[in-house]
Amino acid sequence: MATQEVQLNETLTHLKTESETLKSKLEDERAKLHDVELHQVAEKVEGLGQFVMKTRRTLKGHGNKVLCMDWCKDKRRIVSSSQVTHFIAAHHAVTMPCTWVMACAYAPSGCAVACGGLDNKCSVYPLSLDKNENLAAKKKSVAMHTNYLSACSFTNSDMQILTSSGDGTCALWDVESGQLLQSFHGHAADVLCLDLAPSETGNTFVSGGCDKKANVWDMRSGQCIQSFETHESDINSVRYYPSGDAFASGSDDATCRLYDLRADREVAIYSKESIIFGVSSVDFSLSGRLLFGGYNDYTINVWDVLKGTRVSILFGHENRVSTLRVSPDGTAFCTGSWDHTLRIWA
Amino acid sequence: MTINTMAKGGWHREQMSCFRKMEKVIVAMQDPDMGMKMRNQRLLITVIPHAMTGRDIIAWLIHTYSICEEEALHLSGLLVRYGYIYPLKEPRSLVLRPDESPYRFQTPYFWTSTRWPASELDYAIYLAKKNIRKQGELMEYEKTRYSLLHKRINHTWDFVVMQAREQLRASKQRRKADRIVFECQEQAYWLINRPPVCLLLLYSLLHFCTILFYIILYCTLLYYTILCNALPYYTTIETCFTVFKQALGRNRVKSSICLESFVKYSEQYQNHDPIMQGSLPSNPWISDDTAYWTMNSETVPIPTRLRVERWSFSFMELLNDDMGRREFMTYLEKEFSAENLCFWQACEDIKHGESSRIIEKVEMIYKNFLAPGAARWVNIDSKTMDKTLEGIRNPHRFIMDDAQMHIYFLMKKDSYPRYLKSDLYKNMLAKAIVPQETKKSVFPFVRRQRHANPSPAQAVAQATEEDGHAKGAGQAGTKSAAGSHV
Repeated sequence: MATQEVQLNETLTHLKTESETLKSKLEDERAKLHDVELHQVAEKVEGLGQFVMKTRRTLKGHGNKVLCMDWCKDKRRIVSSSQVTHFIAAHHAVTMPCTWVMACAYAPSGCAVACGGLDNKCSVYPLSLDKNENLAAKKKSVAMHTNYLSACSFTNSDMQILTSSGDGTCALWDVESGQLLQSFHGHAADVLCLDLAPSETGNTFVSGGCDKKANVWDMRSGQCIQSFETHESDINSVRYYPSGDAFASGSDDATCRLYDLRADREVAIYSKESIIFGVSSVDFSLSGRLLFGGYNDYTINVWDVLKGTRVSILFGHENRVSTLRVSPDGTAFCTGSWDHTLRIWA
Repeated sequence: MTINTMAKGGWHREQMSCFRKMEKVIVAMQDPDMGMKMRNQRLLITVIPHAMTGRDIIAWLIHTYSICEEEALHLSGLLVRYGYIYPLKEPRSLVLRPDESPYRFQTPYFWTSTRWPASELDYAIYLAKKNIRKQGELMEYEKTRYSLLHKRINHTWDFVVMQAREQLRASKQRRKADRIVFECQEQAYWLINRPPVCLLLLYSLLHFCTILFYIILYCTLLYYTILCNALPYYTTIETCFTVFKQALGRNRVKSSICLESFVKYSEQYQNHDPIMQGSLPSNPWISDDTAYWTMNSETVPIPTRLRVERWSFSFMELLNDDMGRREFMTYLEKEFSAENLCFWQACEDIKHGESSRIIEKVEMIYKNFLAPGAARWVNIDSKTMDKTLEGIRNPHRFIMDDAQMHIYFLMKKDSYPRYLKSDLYKNMLAKAIVPQETKKSVFPFVRRQRHANPSPAQAVAQATEEDGHAKGAGQAGTKSAAGSHV
């Protein structure tokens, strides 16, 4: 037993050093084609005027910390989930048999909602117009992980769900049968977030985890196509740039970063010395010019993606902002917070 | 940070990085050249050196970090809440008042990060000192904690009292000003870092022996977990290698080209971004008028101009909009190539549809689109066709991918550009609505006002002349605006 352990350790150390060498080689390769910085290219772009965004609606239905929210494709309805048992969609409030519902998503058709959390499962609930209907009875268990569910998202239809979990894997599930279609291994720690690519071929997604890595995956083969590791702490949120050529990530190290997929490198860091607390969630405005970040110090920072400067800081929440999403038509964005409320800003 | 990592001490890790950043700010504030100007403050009859006013703190933050007052208040509030600056006048009120209230820097000895975790033994000594010094003048919450601690660490209570007496004696030998300063610092530290009652209660429930037992159990489990965890870690390293090797062989694009594309994209979509440019007739969330949504709904008879313009940005934009897709289908029917779009849609249906119906759908596609002599035969190159037909024997979700991609790019390179030049599209663009901007109530803010101005060429000219100052709402448009309907 002891010699086996020693051998294993030796191999591990050897592998680690080799891995480090490869990594620095990769960094050199990436740097070769890096001939200009984003803010330099953006010098000719007009600066943004002063931004005034205010809370237009405050939603107080949850009696507890709001953990996650998602917009419906009809641009008006949202689903949100909280620390204790509920998710609320339109007029329904559903009690789930677990605390900390950490992930929720609206189906593209608007007829169902998926959510999950500490129960290690992702369940789909069909929605109906009947307020009195007991939705919990119609629940359908789709995904099963060996640790908590951190994020879930429907792919282009109601029939497939992509999930990420604290067990370090992501998985693609068939809703109808509950079957696992594909699993994605490669993160060395909990996977905290994911986002689907808005690309023509629609086959990739990005995930971010506690191992400080953001990985891009091929949904069909289950392979990790690209990997980025420049953050200094857990990555809490990833979101694709609207064109699909890049994605932004928000992390506990209080920075947001932009990664270009074609150049295969990080191209911008959005940070300020006066911003101390980590980012919990990020999203782009419709044109991709603005990046909104919800922070753990209760504020929302708005960044100019091209110039790299902070455009505005928004106050209003009384506890950490846990989730932030821009509406599908880009007219507003919604934030959920541990102060039990959701706010819609425009 | 996650619920899992909180259990594994992840909260500590997360807090530490925040502490480091705050400490950086504090160190900058104390810089002899660029830092804050300190003054002496009078507290009753004693003079406290090296103090500063709330107002000065705010001013320094605004100046150094180029932030607004609200943000400076927020940041300084954090510094006080986490114990890096403490108030001299009302020590229990951990807020920063932007007036003449005096504040002082906490000494690094008493930083939360330095003394992590706050020791309950130290807290007991502190409370004992206070009890001895001001007999029975402990606050309510301090009395609760004092008695709890007394029960919990009863066995070392003599040591606690002895230490307390020693420290009091030593402090009497200091200068009064130093003594007061130290007392303030210590008080500030414990205000923030006192161990919570629930934790104390929990501990007092467990007997010392039980704790020992759990420690032994934990260590054994840890030993085995480390051993078992080595294997999955091995797999992760292997995956890393694959990814690295793949990445080294990848074709990369020059940064200048990639970054230029972001600028172009943002420029192209700027007019379509409601948060950047506003929306016509108005943003429903601001004006409570849902006209914007009604005008842009799926089944509206005449679409808005912006919507039709967007179809020309990329093939994907056209297909993603149901109305755009229908228009394109109409066009293809005229060109007798509608089967391409139908085929593509059918493939999408397989890719994203129910697993149970895959076989049935694949058969239908074969019958309608691929079989020799099929009613709507699609023109795929022979290699792809052979591969697809071979794969149909064992149909699965992605079997049509190659064929679908081929047809997609065929449409994108050929039919789509011709559609954009066609009369069908041009007519649609011409009769599209440009909504009139509704009169807003006066908002005292600076933002680019939307113009009811449809022409893209004019929009470009407008962007160059403007630099962010407000324009009058509902400015008269050109003659093309005159033709718009509301």
